[in-house]
Amino acid sequence: MRVALFITCFNDTLFPETGRATVRVLERLGVEVDFPVEQTCCGQMHFNTGYQREAIPLVRRFVEVFEPYDAVVAPSGSCVGMVRELYGRAAELAGDAELARGVEALVPRVFELSEFLVNGLGVTDIGAYYPHRVTYHPTCHSLRMLRVGEAPLKLLRAVRGLDLVELPQAEECCGFGGTFAVKNAETSTAMLSDKLHHVKETGAEAVAAGDNSCLLHIGGGLQRGQDGIDTVHLAEILDATERR
Amino acid sequence: MTSAKHAPDAFSKGKTPTFEVSARESLADHQLRRNLGKATKTIRGKRAEAVGEMPDWEELREAGRALKERTMRHLDHYLVELEESVKRAGGHVHWARDGEEANRIIAEIARSHEAREVVKVKSIATDETRLNEHLESEGIEAVETDLAELIIQLAGETSSHILVPAIHKNRAEIRTLFMRELGLDDLSDEPEALTEAARLYLRKKFLGAKVGVSGANFAVAETGTVCVVESEGNGRMCTTLPPVLVTLMGIEKLIPEWRDFEVFMQTLPRSSTAERMNPYTSFWTGVSPESGDGPEEFHLVLLDNGRTDVLADEIGRQSLNCIRCSACLNVCPVYERTGGHAYNSVYPGPIGAILTPQLVGIGKPGPDSLPYASSLCGACYDVCPVKINIPEVLIHLRGKVVRNHQDNDGLKGKLDPENVAMQVMAKTFSDRRLYEAAQRLALIGQWPLARSGTIHRLPGKLSGWTATRDLKALPKETFRQWWKTRKNRSGS
Ligand code: SF4
Repeated sequence: MRVALFITCFNDTLFPETGRATVRVLERLGVEVDFPVEQTCCGQMHFNTGYQREAIPLVRRFVEVFEPYDAVVAPSGSCVGMVRELYGRAAELAGDAELARGVEALVPRVFELSEFLVNGLGVTDIGAYYPHRVTYHPTCHSLRMLRVGEAPLKLLRAVRGLDLVELPQAEECCGFGGTFAVKNAETSTAMLSDKLHHVKETGAEAVAAGDNSCLLHIGGGLQRGQDGIDTVHLAEILDATERR
Repeated sequence: MTSAKHAPDAFSKGKTPTFEVSARESLADHQLRRNLGKATKTIRGKRAEAVGEMPDWEELREAGRALKERTMRHLDHYLVELEESVKRAGGHVHWARDGEEANRIIAEIARSHEAREVVKVKSIATDETRLNEHLESEGIEAVETDLAELIIQLAGETSSHILVPAIHKNRAEIRTLFMRELGLDDLSDEPEALTEAARLYLRKKFLGAKVGVSGANFAVAETGTVCVVESEGNGRMCTTLPPVLVTLMGIEKLIPEWRDFEVFMQTLPRSSTAERMNPYTSFWTGVSPESGDGPEEFHLVLLDNGRTDVLADEIGRQSLNCIRCSACLNVCPVYERTGGHAYNSVYPGPIGAILTPQLVGIGKPGPDSLPYASSLCGACYDVCPVKINIPEVLIHLRGKVVRNHQDNDGLKGKLDPENVAMQVMAKTFSDRRLYEAAQRLALIGQWPLARSGTIHRLPGKLSGWTATRDLKALPKETFRQWWKTRKNRSGS
């Protein structure tokens, strides 16, 4: 099976450690991972902000780059959500039947990391060790767009030493929403402050999620408050073992 | 309360402020935040429980969606059928192209009966046309009889929720208002006492009114039956006591057949008030002079006011399927923080964010800002009893807003800093080499902040982000740099 990592432009630039962890986790499970270097951005920011014409070339590029692979795995619920839910629409907008066919063929092979591990490979325990008290924020796109459901929690529950504490009002948005956080900064902050309140309530040492964009938002707020709570991507928890 | 008095509305003439601006005002009102947080949390929990009881909830949602979609596809046909059915039952039917025309028709009916006063059932359609103001200008007083609408009317405010218009007010605030406006010396803030005060005031109005005005939740094309779903019974007073009844209804509210109620009478109460069955559901079919019951004269005014334009939009048209349950408002994290007034529309919350800009047309700064009043979290879509894909429509409308700005606002549209930044980013992402160069210049990581205009400079307009959140320091090495080194090391 040829598996490609779609790192996402955001992780590539800001969270390389998540990418490294993803590669190591997959390799530990015997998956041979390739990283097609021609990949850039899925076009989500453009598409969701209304720059849909501008997103079409990025959609086309994505399909071309990943078309040869049997599976595409990304450590980001929202970018996979973009591909799965909106690429068809983008192809329609482009009025490009060939692109539409390409999208249709590729989309079922694109997975968010926890989906790929639990539903694709059928594993939940990958031998990780992370001796910390952790709470999990499900992130809107993983939760409601991809419906990854229990997959991330199954993975976390199997991590040795990890004390998983439930996050109150977990399903509520953290207020990030891409350009929303800038366009409607005050409203976004009001949402964030409630999320932070709930995170602190849990007494967790770290808040985990499958999307670094949400974690950047939550982490930014925590850091500002000097709360001493870390943010950590699911992939990095799964990558942690006694030896590293 | 600060923001509510005579709030501007997307449906009235003149410019309305953008959501960002109005939201800032609402967010600063901490009492409002507390009132709303409490109210939406309570109703959210109750709805989840009421819905959880239904083993076939998903099937019901799907049935509701399919029914509405079919209705919209053949709306022209069903509307004519409805008109015929209402006439057959002894009612009159009027067609109103826009709000002004609807208001004129209703005022004319009231005038012909020499009514100085009309009693009203809660109706968002009449809010949309601003009927009360129009009647007032013709010397006719419109009395709101829904408790929450009455509160709003007495306070001289506008509604902030489609089902609970006074959701932004707490009991203590209502008590003070009633004492002042109804001339009461003393009043407790217990719900019973407050409703009793309203009841005494309204009873007189019901008995004296010659004309009742209502909206409609549904109208059945097959039979001509109009239906109002309410909780208090005051609506039924308006539709049965006055000799003349006028109903203003958006053309999208019709359902083809009587049996279609089977679906909506299950989904609507549970979604809106978390009740298993709705307390007061009134149906009337034209007039029945033989029985001596109900009004002697019935008028149905069918309102377009932009709806046929919405219908023409393939993706946007699902917004017309809305049955106004308000579940999407109650779960919306944005609505919960800002309240309804920030939307400057009689349709606030997620449904307002998609319906308003379509009804009034793209190209107006206030309504254009509404599709952006969302983090696209998708909670609204999950609860919608007719499965309106609100995030999909929001994104679609954002596309229309941007395209309109680019194509029709000349140089200003093209030189808009956001547009410039987005063009640069799109180019960058289209070419791997440009992308890697941009990474080296630390440009890409700031993508959520691309609104700065000049993406390589952080401060200035970006203070919105950094005012409350710290930015992450850039890592030394991008992922792709790590990958390349690793590959070279392993000798492949
Ligand atoms: S859009 Fe759906 S959830 Fe919102 S008010 Fe309408 S029917 Fe209810």
